[in-house]
Amino acid sequence: MSEVATSQPESSSAQQQRIPIYPRSVKGFYRRIKSSIVILAYSVYFLLPWLRWDRENGPSQAVIFDINARRFDIFDLTIYAQDIFWLALFLAFAALFLFFITGIAGRVFCGYFCFQTLWTDVFMHIEHWVQGERPARIRLAKSKWTAEKIFKIGLTHFLWLLVAFLTGLAFTLYWGNAPDLIVDIFTFNAPLAAGVTILFLTLTTYVMAGIAREQVCTYMCPYARFQSAMFDSDTIIVAYDSVRGEGKKGRHKPSKELIKRENRQQQGYGDCVDCGYCVQVCPTGIDIRNGLQYQCITCALCIDACDTIMDSVGYPKGLIRYSSENEAQGGKTNIFKPRTIVYGLVMVVIAVLFFWGLTTRSVVDISVRQVRQPLFVMLSNGDIQNRYDIKINNKAAKPMTLVVSLRGLQGAKLDLGRFDKVHIAAGGSSTLHVNVRMPTKEITRENQDFEFIISNLNKKDNLWIHESNFFAPKKYIKQSPQGAQ
Amino acid sequence: MATDSNKSQSKKSAVQTTGHAWDGDIQEFNNPLPNWWVWAFYATIVFALIYWVFYPAWPIGRDYTKGVMNDIEYTTADGKQVKRHWNTRSLFEKNMREATLAQQKYLDQLASSSIEEIAKDEEKSNFAYSMAKVLFADNCAACHQAGGAGVIGSYPNLADDDWLWGGKFEQIKTSITGGRNGIMPSFQAKLTAAQLDDVAEFVLSLSKHETDAAKTARGKEIFTGQKGGCFYCHTKAGTGSTTSGAANLTDSVWTLANVPAADTLEAKKAAVKAVIKHGVNRKMPAWDKRLTETQIKILAFYVHQLGGGK
Repeated sequence: MSEVATSQPESSSAQQQRIPIYPRSVKGFYRRIKSSIVILAYSVYFLLPWLRWDRENGPSQAVIFDINARRFDIFDLTIYAQDIFWLALFLAFAALFLFFITGIAGRVFCGYFCFQTLWTDVFMHIEHWVQGERPARIRLAKSKWTAEKIFKIGLTHFLWLLVAFLTGLAFTLYWGNAPDLIVDIFTFNAPLAAGVTILFLTLTTYVMAGIAREQVCTYMCPYARFQSAMFDSDTIIVAYDSVRGEGKKGRHKPSKELIKRENRQQQGYGDCVDCGYCVQVCPTGIDIRNGLQYQCITCALCIDACDTIMDSVGYPKGLIRYSSENEAQGGKTNIFKPRTIVYGLVMVVIAVLFFWGLTTRSVVDISVRQVRQPLFVMLSNGDIQNRYDIKINNKAAKPMTLVVSLRGLQGAKLDLGRFDKVHIAAGGSSTLHVNVRMPTKEITRENQDFEFIISNLNKKDNLWIHESNFFAPKKYIKQSPQGAQ
Repeated sequence: MATDSNKSQSKKSAVQTTGHAWDGDIQEFNNPLPNWWVWAFYATIVFALIYWVFYPAWPIGRDYTKGVMNDIEYTTADGKQVKRHWNTRSLFEKNMREATLAQQKYLDQLASSSIEEIAKDEEKSNFAYSMAKVLFADNCAACHQAGGAGVIGSYPNLADDDWLWGGKFEQIKTSITGGRNGIMPSFQAKLTAAQLDDVAEFVLSLSKHETDAAKTARGKEIFTGQKGGCFYCHTKAGTGSTTSGAANLTDSVWTLANVPAADTLEAKKAAVKAVIKHGVNRKMPAWDKRLTETQIKILAFYVHQLGGGK
């Protein structure tokens, strides 16, 4: 960088220009896995908002994130705003799972599951379908602007935009009742947020999957950059067997006398026939034969490419294969290393916490708050009264009738006001203002702990106990005429 | 150009210069702004141009450009149609108006029901409670304190079950609507120090304090006789009267003399004596001019159930 350029300024730029990549298509084992994942992911993503689900209370959509009603419904699970810590647990689990898998098998998430990879893959298929195979696409890119070129490029971009729009639309449908929302969207009656979301996702999908592509992984994605911390010599990566491929004299084209493997080995040439297929299929435009590179998303398409060639020339497969650094040096891959064990254990702990939280979740939320202004009042008959606000959220799918009683406060009387029973609609909430009265002669301490017992009138096993505190100043207990008797 | 730059990038990764050379070899580095930055800058300029068209932007003499297609329309409380170009004040007025209209439907329900009906209905009472809580904090809490705790000696505690002017819905409503004057004459000139002491002794005996029998008997004579005339308001039994706001002296609640806080009988007596000696002159203002009938109604409901009501 310190070197002063003497060349003319217009020929150089501060930024690296993108080198266009025209990946060639390939068939093979990993390609089939990847295609199956794309089909599965797209089916779930695009069809899930349309899956109906009967609920007694709430929308009949299997998965709906209803911000207005402050509830997320995921099949039979209803998550309210106050349960958002489950999301934190879930995300922590997801992050650890990613570390765990990365430690063992490298960037499998990047190569097979990341939506950037999935969408880029689909966009490349569209490109391939409209413009043809790699040579045809290169030719088209270099050719002059003819009607054919305008049509083909235009159609590609149109289809990309269409997929991008559908992507944004499908995402938006998760946030409302899909059949109503889609009508609102196409009649321009949908909320502004829906329109903005669709527009935003259409643009980002189009730009990221259509134009930016591998640059997202190389320059934008933070995960790609910090994953190196999780790699070690036991991590499984897509690797080129350079010992076998290069031999003593390096790779060589399969010229007439070098077609047979024995001849090659005699002459000291490796198995790599230098066809360049592995480079042509790479969606990030790297040469895997140069070793592990940060651009590699381990999509394994070069494995498929190389295996195809090895088959056709009759050499054994696996010149490019999944292996670890240890394996490449003749050792064995050890997956039970401290790193994976610790990740695994923490993952299990979080998973247990998460499912324990989910399965033991209460159908009501109750908070008992002692009124502090005034903390107590003396009543006309000398009794001391404390006041409590009890807020109850009914999270169940059915209306509830609750009764409130006291435990552990000798001689106290509970006054619920006008209502001796509390009716709360499904998903509704209610606040009770209750008074607890205590004759001064019964008061033994300044602060007395006791419990409110709130029970469901219709289900006897639905019982919630909430601790609270009764306050009476010592002075009043001593000085009260009734207390002195 | 792209291929050229790639070549130079890969070969030298050199920093670009401005191209000038002074004294033959002095050159200046040129680090151009990243393209994304430059384009973002142009985008802000385009945004500003669009903004000028749609929003009020440029001052012209005493006037200014109003922008197009940005009218804010709403109907005021007195039915006037308002249509103005976009501005935050009108936006605020419109939002407030919409909020008021959204609330109106519940307010109408409250307006058409009696306090008893509100109290019986769970939903209505929940709404009335939360609304009245705000009204209380805005209008009443300055004297009666948050939660109606009051200030002993000045402002009655509304959270206990003792009511100077009555704790029925209608009585509370009357107190809020018309205000109250709490007056007790001063007995400084009328009674001697010893007589004051006797009356205080008797008053404390009413709430079952152990007092001196002889003094109490003398005090009772003054209290129930023409000398003191206390019974006119407080009644002969000392139970007070809600029509004149005279306190019930037989219960444990004190609003002026801080009897519960005093440790000895002497101190309690001193507290009672001070009230008898100097009299009382308390005033609660009328709220009928400042609050609507519905507001007073739900405040009465709120205050009623703060103290457990009558």
